[in-house]
Order: sequence, then C-alpha cells, then structure tokens
Amino acid sequence: MRGAAASFPLFSPAGGGILRDLMNAGPSASFRRLFDEVGPVDSVGVEERVAKYATRSLKQAAKLWGLRTAVAMVDLTTLEGKDTPGKVASLCRKALRPSDDPAVPPVAAVCVYPAMVRHARRALGPGAKVRIASVATAFPSGQAPLATRLGEVRAAVADGADEIDMVINRGAFLAGEFSRVQDEIAAVRDACGRSTLKVILEVSELETYDKIRAASFLAMTVLRPGDFIKTSTGKTALNATLGNNQVMLEAIRDFYLDTGIPIAMKPAGGIRTAKQALQFLVAVKETLGDAWLNNRRYRFGASALLNDLVRQLAKERTGAYQAPYYFSEAATSY
Amino acid sequence: MATFTLNPRRRGRPAPELIFGDLWPYDPAPETADPKLLARYGLFINGRFTPAKSGQVFDSINPATERKLAELARAGTADVNAAYAAAQRAFDTTWGRMPGRERAKYLFRIARLLQDRAREFAVAETMDGGKPIKESRDFDVPMAAAHFFYHAGWADKLDYVAPGRRVAPLGVVGQVIPWNFPLLMCAWKLAPALAMGNCVVLKPAETTSITALKLAEIIQDADLPPGVVNIVTGAGEVGAAVMGHRTAAKVAFTGSTEVGKSILRSLAGTDQKMTLELGGKAANIIFDDAPLDQAVEGVINGIFFNQGHVCCAGSRLLVQESIAGRVLAKLKQRLQVLRVGDPLDKNTDLGAINSREQLRKITALVKAGVREGAELYQPACVLPARGWYFRPTLFSGVTMSQRIAREEIFGPVLSILTFRTPEEAVEKANNTAYGLSAGVWTDKGARILKLATELKAGVVWANTYNKFDPASPFGGYKESGFGREGGRQGLLDYCRLA
Repeated sequence: MRGAAASFPLFSPAGGGILRDLMNAGPSASFRRLFDEVGPVDSVGVEERVAKYATRSLKQAAKLWGLRTAVAMVDLTTLEGKDTPGKVASLCRKALRPSDDPAVPPVAAVCVYPAMVRHARRALGPGAKVRIASVATAFPSGQAPLATRLGEVRAAVADGADEIDMVINRGAFLAGEFSRVQDEIAAVRDACGRSTLKVILEVSELETYDKIRAASFLAMTVLRPGDFIKTSTGKTALNATLGNNQVMLEAIRDFYLDTGIPIAMKPAGGIRTAKQALQFLVAVKETLGDAWLNNRRYRFGASALLNDLVRQLAKERTGAYQAPYYFSEAATSY
Repeated sequence: MATFTLNPRRRGRPAPELIFGDLWPYDPAPETADPKLLARYGLFINGRFTPAKSGQVFDSINPATERKLAELARAGTADVNAAYAAAQRAFDTTWGRMPGRERAKYLFRIARLLQDRAREFAVAETMDGGKPIKESRDFDVPMAAAHFFYHAGWADKLDYVAPGRRVAPLGVVGQVIPWNFPLLMCAWKLAPALAMGNCVVLKPAETTSITALKLAEIIQDADLPPGVVNIVTGAGEVGAAVMGHRTAAKVAFTGSTEVGKSILRSLAGTDQKMTLELGGKAANIIFDDAPLDQAVEGVINGIFFNQGHVCCAGSRLLVQESIAGRVLAKLKQRLQVLRVGDPLDKNTDLGAINSREQLRKITALVKAGVREGAELYQPACVLPARGWYFRPTLFSGVTMSQRIAREEIFGPVLSILTFRTPEEAVEKANNTAYGLSAGVWTDKGARILKLATELKAGVVWANTYNKFDPASPFGGYKESGFGREGGRQGLLDYCRLA
C-alpha cells in the first residue's frame, strides 16, 4: 500500500485550495485518490493466482489437519426470518458437538440475528467454548439511521454477543463518502465494547477488486487488532470467492506489514464443500502464513459447509463415504 | 468533503513478519500414472524403431533421482543418411502429393491420441526432464496437442495462408530441438512442417529424447506413412549431421545462440532455408502504478516457470526506483512459499535442474554474481538429497555490466535492476544481444502500447507473462534468432511461395 502518500500536503484536509476541490470533485475523483493510495488490483492476475490454489493436492495428514481446522473456523450461521429459539438452541448443540466423533472440534461461533442472541446464550451457557456472533447494524442492507444501528449493536452486546458482524454503508462508499464509512465503522467499534467486530464489505455490491481492496483498507484503518473484515452477508447472488478472498488477504498482509496490526478475515456465503474450504485455507497458508491458520484470525461464515467437513472427516477415518442420511443434507436442519 | 485516513503509525512495535513455517505441511502427493517407458528405444526411421547401425547406445537419466530411465540409440552418419533418404522418399511418393485435407486427418489423429495419453506423457516428460508434474500436465502436454489441432485446421486451408499466392511444401526439413520443453518443441516443429506437406528428420535433445520417441509411437498408431517423420537421437554431433545434411531443404533449430551461430556459418552460401530460435535475456519492467501483487506473481511465473529453463524467461527485472524496496520484499515473501522438490509431486513448484552440466553452469554464474557485488537472496528451503536442484534465487542491486545481467543463465535466477524513467527502462531493456521477449507491468494502457513498439523483442507481454497460443507467432530479434513459430507466420516459414 501507499501509506506514505496519505500525508502528502496536496491531499491534506487542512490544505484547502482549488486543487483539493478538484480532487474532491465527486465520487470518481475520490475513488481515483483512494486507489492511488492503496494501489490497483489486476483482476486477470488475481484469477490466475487463485486458480493455482485449486491445484494443490492435499493428502493424508495434511487433509485431516485442514478439515479439522476448517471445522474449528466455522461460524455456524442461521439468519432467517423463521428462526426460533428452539432452532437456535439446536444450532448451538450442533456447534458444540458437530459430530459423534470426539476428534472433531467444536466450531468457532454461532452466528444469529440480535433477537436470538439471548437464546443462544441460554443454550450455550456463560463462558462456553463456542462464541456467539450476531449480525447487527440493520443487516443485510444497513439502510437504517446510524443511531438505530448502534442501538442494535449495544443490545446484542448486552444480551451476550461476543462478536458483532456489521455491514458497511455501501451507499456512502459508492458515493465516495469514505470518511463517513470510516466514522460509522469507528462508532460501531466503540459500541462493541470488548466484543470483536467483523466488518462486512458486501463485495458483490462493490463490484470491482479495486474497490474491494480500497474498502478493506478503509475498514482496517479503524479496526483493532484481531477484528475482522468479512466478504459478504450471504444474502446476495455472489458471495465469497477465492478471488475476493485473495484480494482481502493481500490487503490484510500489506496493512499488517505496514502497521503491525493483524486483522482477521472471514469469507462468508457460497462455501459449501470441504474441498472449497481447503482451497481457501491454502490461500491463507500461502498468503498470510501460519499465524493466520487459526480461528482467531480466520473464519468461515457457513452453514451447509459443516456437515460436508464432518462427512469428509468420517471418510478419512473409515476410508469410505458414509450414506448421506448419516448427515443431515439440508443446510437448515441440525 | 471526504477525508479519510489510511496511515496509522507503527509506534515502537517491532517490524512485523509473516511466518511461512511448518504448521500445515503438505503430505507427498505423487502423480502415479504409468509413464509406460521401454527399457530401450531405437531410432525412428521410415516408420519403424531400429537400433543404430553402429549398435551404440547411451543412457537417459532422470535428473530428479540421477537414475537411468532408458537406453537410447546413438545415431551415426549412416543413420542420419537413412533418415533423410526415408523422408525424401515419403515426400516424393506420399506426403508431398497428398491433398491438405487428407494430411489434416493424420494431424487431428495425432492430436487426439496425444490427448488420450496425456497423463502418461506428462509423467514421462517430468521424469525425463525434471519439470514439475503440474507444468507438464497443465501446460506442456495440452499445448502440444493444441499445436497439432491448430495446424490440422490449417492443412486444408493453405490456399488462404498467403492471399494471392500459391504455397508449396519445401521438401525434407531437418529440425533440432532443445531440452527445456521436449514434447512441446517437438509439436512446435512437427505440426507446421507436416501441415504444409513437408517431411521431417528431427533430433531431440540428448538428455530429453523420450517423449519424442513416445510421440513416434503415436505417429505409428496414427498410421502416418513411413518416413514422413523420422527421429534420430544422440548428442551434438548428430544434431550437426541433421543440420548440415544436403538433402534438407530447410533446417529449423531451437537452442543456444552459440550453436545457432555455428549452424548459420555452416549453411552460409547454400540455398537451404533456416529458422533459428535462440536464447534470451528478457526484461520484465514494473512501473510504479502497476498492480504490485499481480506483477510480482507474473515475475515469479516469468522466471521460475520450468526452473527458469525457458528461452523467453523474464530473467531481468527492471523495477521503477520508487517501488523497488516494496517489490523486492514481496518477491522474497513469495519465494518463501515456492515448493522445490520431487517433480512428480503435484504440489511442487520448482522441479529438478535438467542436467548436471546445466546445474554447474547455473552455479558458476550465481557465484560470478556474488563476486561481482550483487546481493543474493535464497529462501531456506530443503532440497532433496539426490538429484540436481537449485534454490530459487534473487539478485538485487544488479548493474548492467555484471554477467548475471548480460548472460543467459537458463536457471531459476532473477537479476533485479532499477530505473527512474520510461526512457531509461527501454534503454536498459534493449541493452542486450538478445531480443526474444519482454514484459510490461503498468496500469496505463498508453504506456503499454508505446513500450510494445520501443522494446526490441519478438513478444511483449503486458500485465502478464509466458502466455502462449498456437495461433500467436513466437520468435526473436537480434541474437535470439529469426523466423517465427506458430500462427500464419510460422506456417509461411515452411513453404515456398509462388
């Protein structure tokens, strides 16, 4: 990244003058300036790089370790209008014990709507191994007044949420109002108190890799060490892909090497198979290295993925694929 | 209006580093397909495998294990004569008179048979030459088949290859190919020659003849008339005999500039046509507005593809001064995750060096680089105990006068130089005896077009590197040779225009 350029007087807010007005002439000029600071991304190159991850061949112990680690990285998610306390309770039991095989670890967290946080807390008990994450800030659109969004965050934290998944203000971002995007993230961060914050960029609405990289930097700059950036809500057509995962991992890497602040990463939506999950982990291993290969620094936002991971682990243990009815096929039943 | 911050400072914290350790090592993932190698291969003359008339043989060695793979026949002058006689006979009686649409059928057949046996060929190629299986599987073999498909498509359309002119085959062509892409170079040479109606005497490199001989099996299976393709194996003197034979209407050579020059000398004054594809010392130029991560990835691909045994390898990196530090840091990080080792392992990025001789040459040039004051960086990877391997190597602080900036190393060694202005970049890029390829990395389209015309190189890649297609002509300027391979231009080098 081009962190040094940020202090260039031409662009300084106090600098004033015609040039600044020109540079701030609208969304297009704002984006130009932002891209110039964080550096561009070549989409063809990104796609080529990530295609190589899919050719990595994971066997035996490597596969086993990858599958188990992926289980421990899952944010087991249910985000539906029809969620009930009972459904959340069964989700929590699945989260604590994904399989009858004791070698399969619990998942990292359950992810629910704010209204379900207290039910999750009751099901898991205080100080549970599995954390409670809650989407807040008028998920998934984020189109509510800031005060409403902050109130939602505070309520979820008060009910016992260990982690808050917020959405950025895409409208403001696309209009070039970057300071507003940052200010809102900072306000949510403060409302989180000691809870971890995950910032959802909703990549499919940002459209280009350039903008995904730029938005990653905007978010990371106001985050605390250990907070997350996250690809998507899972509510749009295109969610996590190896491509946007890679762009965000490289942003995290550049930011870390520049500032020493480790930001965590969560791809969410669209990762349904164990094979996909392993490819994402290969990307982490080869881009950010060993320090990110744990559930404090990397998560999968998923629901159907967990059962496929458990199925593959059973296959590694027994040498044969189990009949499908040993695992629930439906993503929504646990 | 919009103000935002992107520069939280690192106060008093130590310089952060990434750890690419052994938390999650990949288990061995060897490709297990049977390469179906014979213990002994003869010469392929007049449609049959025959031993050398002298009865002499030599060993083909697997560079990854230093073990013998097969015994090959060492051709003598008599064998080369027999090959040329068979080729001339085939040209006069069958292949030269055959309508293009008939020749096309044979070429399509070869392409399909090669696809059918792709895994077998990929494993054989990797064992013979040392390149990673993922490259022979994903690049060499599919591209070889693609060249046959492409030229099969041309064979019945030759009336349109040179609008307004008639084309006729030359006769018998002699071809000598290098060891870096044994099967692919075989396809590059054979496919256009055959499509145009020529017959061929081909000599593969001494260390990597096996896939050419396996291709001869396919040629048999495809029922190509005897003598259309003849393959003779052996060392340099066999190559010289093939290149210097009076029957050859044309010779085509891919290999070192030194040998190319001697062939050129020996052909002076004759009416034989020739094309040469020789060495290179390509410049990969990164401007400060380039997408850096993708540029770094492209540079890595440009120099470490096939252990750097690539004539168009991007072996000189020219980086704009303002971003040189950052690019070097990114390159070093990327090098730490490159996997060097068993070429048959599907996760291997860098395989074995092709021969002991080549390893010696690389080692000597790297020593020269250190002696002449360039700064060396190699990642701490563990090399296999047996076999010929070399760590991926970066040299920074290189100047134009050093040997590592001038001579073709033909190994996994990147020399990094800096520049300030686009003019200086072009000047440095062109300051070489070679002119095969170049790369430009920038976000500015106009700059790409400008540099593409100013760089004296046969191929200029923009924001990518090492991209090939049978339809795209490939070849060099200056001491990188002349003539083109691939595309319409490549075909024209195998015909007589009337």
